Amino acid sequence: VNLRDIPIRTEEQSLYEVRKKIYPRAVSGRFALLRWAAVWATQLVFYGLPWLTWNERQAVLFDIVHRKFYLFGLVFWPQDVIYLTVLLIIAALTLFLFTAVAGRIWCGYACPQTVYAEIFMWIERVIEGDRNARIKLDKACLGTRLPRKAAKHAAWIAVALWTGFTFVGYVTPIKELGGEVLALATGPWETFWILFYGFATYGNAGWMREQVCKYMCPYARFQSAMFDRDTLVITYDAERGEPRGKKGQVGDCVDCSICVQVCPTGIDIRDGLQYECIGCAACVDGCNQVMDKLGRERGLIRYSGMGRLLRPRVLVYSAILLAITAATAASLYLRVPLKLDVIRDRAAIARDVEGGLVENVYRLQVMNGVEEGRAFDISVTGLSGIHVWGGAIVGMPAATSRSVPIQVRVPAEGVPPGSHPIEFQLRAIGVEGVEVREASVFIVR
Amino acid sequence: MSEFTSGFWSLFIAVVTVVSIVACAWFLKSQSIRRGPKVETTGHIWDEDLAEYNNPLPRWWSWLFYLTIVFGLAYLVLYPGLGSWKGTLGWTQVGELKSETEKAEKQFAPLYERFAAMDVDALSRNPEALAVGQKLFLNNCAQCHASDGGGSRGFPNLTDRDWLWGGEPKLIEATIAHGRTGVMPPFGQALGEDKVKDVASYVISLSGGAADSIRVAKGRDIYMTTCFACHGADAKGNPALGAPNLTDRIWLHGSDANVIQTISRGRVSQMPAHKELLSEAKIRLLTAYVLSLSASR
Repeated sequence: VNLRDIPIRTEEQSLYEVRKKIYPRAVSGRFALLRWAAVWATQLVFYGLPWLTWNERQAVLFDIVHRKFYLFGLVFWPQDVIYLTVLLIIAALTLFLFTAVAGRIWCGYACPQTVYAEIFMWIERVIEGDRNARIKLDKACLGTRLPRKAAKHAAWIAVALWTGFTFVGYVTPIKELGGEVLALATGPWETFWILFYGFATYGNAGWMREQVCKYMCPYARFQSAMFDRDTLVITYDAERGEPRGKKGQVGDCVDCSICVQVCPTGIDIRDGLQYECIGCAACVDGCNQVMDKLGRERGLIRYSGMGRLLRPRVLVYSAILLAITAATAASLYLRVPLKLDVIRDRAAIARDVEGGLVENVYRLQVMNGVEEGRAFDISVTGLSGIHVWGGAIVGMPAATSRSVPIQVRVPAEGVPPGSHPIEFQLRAIGVEGVEVREASVFIVR
Repeated sequence: MSEFTSGFWSLFIAVVTVVSIVACAWFLKSQSIRRGPKVETTGHIWDEDLAEYNNPLPRWWSWLFYLTIVFGLAYLVLYPGLGSWKGTLGWTQVGELKSETEKAEKQFAPLYERFAAMDVDALSRNPEALAVGQKLFLNNCAQCHASDGGGSRGFPNLTDRDWLWGGEPKLIEATIAHGRTGVMPPFGQALGEDKVKDVASYVISLSGGAADSIRVAKGRDIYMTTCFACHGADAKGNPALGAPNLTDRIWLHGSDANVIQTISRGRVSQMPAHKELLSEAKIRLLTAYVLSLSASR
């Protein structure tokens, strides 16, 4: 064939596609049960936690206005932001470890997108019926469609708003917030965040669904980098299944398309591993049911690839994770709930005071991090005869921070002019081990 | 900066901004349609046979891009940004600051209202008022007077009972609100070095300091003709003029050699006025706090 004779076919092709609606079919089985267990476990924690009380306050409360973050018995301050960093590192490493061992197990069972989509799909199924009923309903006339669609969206919005309310309840005391909501008297930011988080839940779990995983989630795109031949993935056993068909000398796959119908991302697992697959195992449950009915062996579609656990990747992830977790636990256990910052007065360099003494002025920023009032003793070392003049005891109410101006005096004789390193100690009176030190300087003119 | 005051630059910025936005929209449109043979992969091949499908993005994704353009245009109409265009909402940074300040004042008004009915004496014994007063002091006064109110060279100590301009609550309030300017005129030229030393010796002797008795006697005569007008015949000072008491061993600008310098070169001290910066209620609380500092000694 002379290549020049073939006309170049030109056509206008949009680079953007219209979403094809997916109608996942209900499925039951071992993995569906596991997924529902994960839904219950995560959502009982999420919806329930803000209602718990501890020390006569909300057990888990991130009080942004007062910069105090309560977590049961612990009070975190902005200075403790390192723990947030560590938490994120631990979360990331856990994700890496679980992905290396069991593939997209997070996506399939515990990711909020999966969990809320699961809840929303359940509501959809209860109101509109299963896959075929829903497809039929979408083709029906407006009069038939409207009542059911309205009921579904009302239920979705109710769940979404409750989710938004719970989310804000982690930041504003939830019991007060509940009263404000009932009285329709929420503040502008509370209203905004309830509606925003509610809208995000409704939009992502009701409308966006698999598109969040396909187009928005960065994790979906880079986790294949953590896969290896031992990673657990859901696969179709092509050797056993092909050629598919219903009659004659064919493989075990009867081409019933149940695996496609139950898929929440609308793919055909028989085409092999695809980035859209979130590893939810709905196709495994679906196929197993069919195999049971046909009296054939289960596992035509199954988790496969589970190989060695003791391989370098897993060991390295585990070791790092263990080390960081242990270090964090130790640091939390040894944490002294007391902070001290010393700010030397810059305007008054040094004063000569009666008795042949030199005086420097400091501002101590003291932070009492526990939920009980305490008295602290201030002392200073580093020069001979150095002492805190006037009151060296400071009382602090529970979980407060304040600035304490103090004067430090040193006998002028024998101290050369210049800057001398000194150290402040702050000790809780009557409590063992609550003590902090902070370095500063004493200046003699 | 004069080049920026020309009207041309405002126009220049506006044109660049609008052209960029329109170009973005055109680029988006042109990139969403592909003319040519149908392409199914991106054309890259890795590891011999690994190709990448050119899967199209969802359409709503491109809508998000267009939405940012609409947002940008709406923003430029409503807010300042397009050259010297002020925006239809009339938003300014100064206006933002004013509204935030007003909001804060409204929020803290009940706190100050509680103290409004109390006189300064009562406030200086009220721990809550003093706690607020201390915060105000640390934010507004401690830069010069030190965190403990003890002052430093040239900045009066507020913890003793010596007041340059008077220690009555009304007078302290006036000092904070309207500020003070303390002037010691220079006498070096008029008296000459030797006579300055004589006066200095006398002044130092007033508070019991060691000084040459001949110089003290000479200095006394000069003092009685020159210095007494402000500092008084008894050298106890005059709060109406801000003239310090010279008999109490309190030296604002240092003792000994510093006294000679003060007399020969003079001093000018400035307490800035705070009535534009602090509300009346805050000044009263500061007065109470300052009074409490010396009362506790």
